[in-house]
Amino acid sequence: MGLAKRIIPCLDVDKGRVVKGVQFVNIRDAGDPVEVARRYNSEGADELTFLDITATHEGRDTIVHVVEQVAGEIFIPLTVGGGIRTVDDVRLMLNAGADKVAINSAAVANPDFVREAAEKFGNQCIVVAIDAKQVAGKPGTDTENETPRWEIFTHGGRKPTGIDAIEWSKKMVSYGAGELLVTSMDNDGVKNGFDLPLTRTISDNIAVPVIASGGVGNLDHLAKGVLEGHADAVLAASIFHFAEYSIAEAKRHMAERGIEVRL
Amino acid sequence: MSRQISIAVIDYGMGNLHSVAKALEHADSQADVKVTADKQVIASADRVLLPGVGAMRDCMGEMQCLDLVDTIKQAAASKPFLGICIGMQALMTHSEENGGVDCLNIIPGNVERFADDLSDPTASGDEHLKIPHMGWNQVHQQIKHPLWQNIPQNQRFYFVHSYFVVPQSPDPVAGSTVYGHPLCVALAADNIFATQFHPEKSADAGLQLFHNFINWDGSYDCSACS
Repeated sequence: MGLAKRIIPCLDVDKGRVVKGVQFVNIRDAGDPVEVARRYNSEGADELTFLDITATHEGRDTIVHVVEQVAGEIFIPLTVGGGIRTVDDVRLMLNAGADKVAINSAAVANPDFVREAAEKFGNQCIVVAIDAKQVAGKPGTDTENETPRWEIFTHGGRKPTGIDAIEWSKKMVSYGAGELLVTSMDNDGVKNGFDLPLTRTISDNIAVPVIASGGVGNLDHLAKGVLEGHADAVLAASIFHFAEYSIAEAKRHMAERGIEVRL
Repeated sequence: MSRQISIAVIDYGMGNLHSVAKALEHADSQADVKVTADKQVIASADRVLLPGVGAMRDCMGEMQCLDLVDTIKQAAASKPFLGICIGMQALMTHSEENGGVDCLNIIPGNVERFADDLSDPTASGDEHLKIPHMGWNQVHQQIKHPLWQNIPQNQRFYFVHSYFVVPQSPDPVAGSTVYGHPLCVALAADNIFATQFHPEKSADAGLQLFHNFINWDGSYDCSACS
């Protein structure tokens, strides 16, 4: 008996619509965030994360309505990420019904924003997204004999910052992050599983929960994220959207591996 | 037409009350929810809910600033009253958060922080536990209570907190969970019920608890407890 490890489906939202092909049977409108959220909730999702990928400024207001609608019907924690840059952005999302916001590049550009947001709204609602790439010690590269090292990258993994990912994680926690969302930019979309050494190194070095993200291709990847990556929660998008696996199947698999889950 | 039951959700600037209000409405169509800081509305409501997210100093400060302390105490003494998270902790005597804050002193006891070196005694290795205690944990119902009706024993509810209540006497403990050690996560005292977890974020189990609260007349006879 104890705290369950969480499974969090992530939905990409563009101009108020869920994108990246949600393939559910018996769902009337797979692009409707409320319908998709309802389905994930009934399958036993522990939380939901919305990532707003809307590129245009005008389209950005729609995520607020999405959050309002979902929060009015689905009673599990909601996190919203993408384009959160100011204290007003945070307030807007929380007032719309989000429980947490994920801060990404704005934390790199201005670390004090994290501190300010945490002081104003509480650490529990500030998730800092750590997007990292391995720059040393990676098997099969010139540096494979070096001590593993990861660096923070922004702009979808294109722009290096020179910031050490482990040091940055510690700093973000000291600034008030209540949770870290750790994404391997090497593994994201590759479906070979999480970067377990990265996840484990961060999780073992900080006091707040860590969500592993990036690279899930099968159910055992989720289990390994917890067992070997020491993650407190696992986040995945495509394996759930394309109905390869249901959340209930994911939980059963994790339970079979001896992980405590909410069934 | 069934009778509407008015529920005052006290709005004292502590976090998002949208979810609490929507979940109450969702839990029972009889719920007539008013998110309010108006003393008259609170005093005349059939039920009162004290929610809250944030830190204790701000919580008590806002209550005092809005001159709501007496109104809340009167409600807690007279009608079905539900405290959630900080709204539970505020019922205690004192919290050690923010260097020490005096609370409403409705239920004797203190609010303490999880130890930094919290670990799982049941784990084989040295499993360090994260703070805040965030996620779904099992709630062991210590007593029979109208608010636990139709909720299975050891049901999981959603938690997010770094502080927990330590009542002076075990009498008001209605539910407990284990995080590093056993802790009290639900209180029951006469017409008051309080939860450390968030029913409004606990899916069907949370909605059931809200349904039970809306349909509770506030009576609770401890001599009938098992």
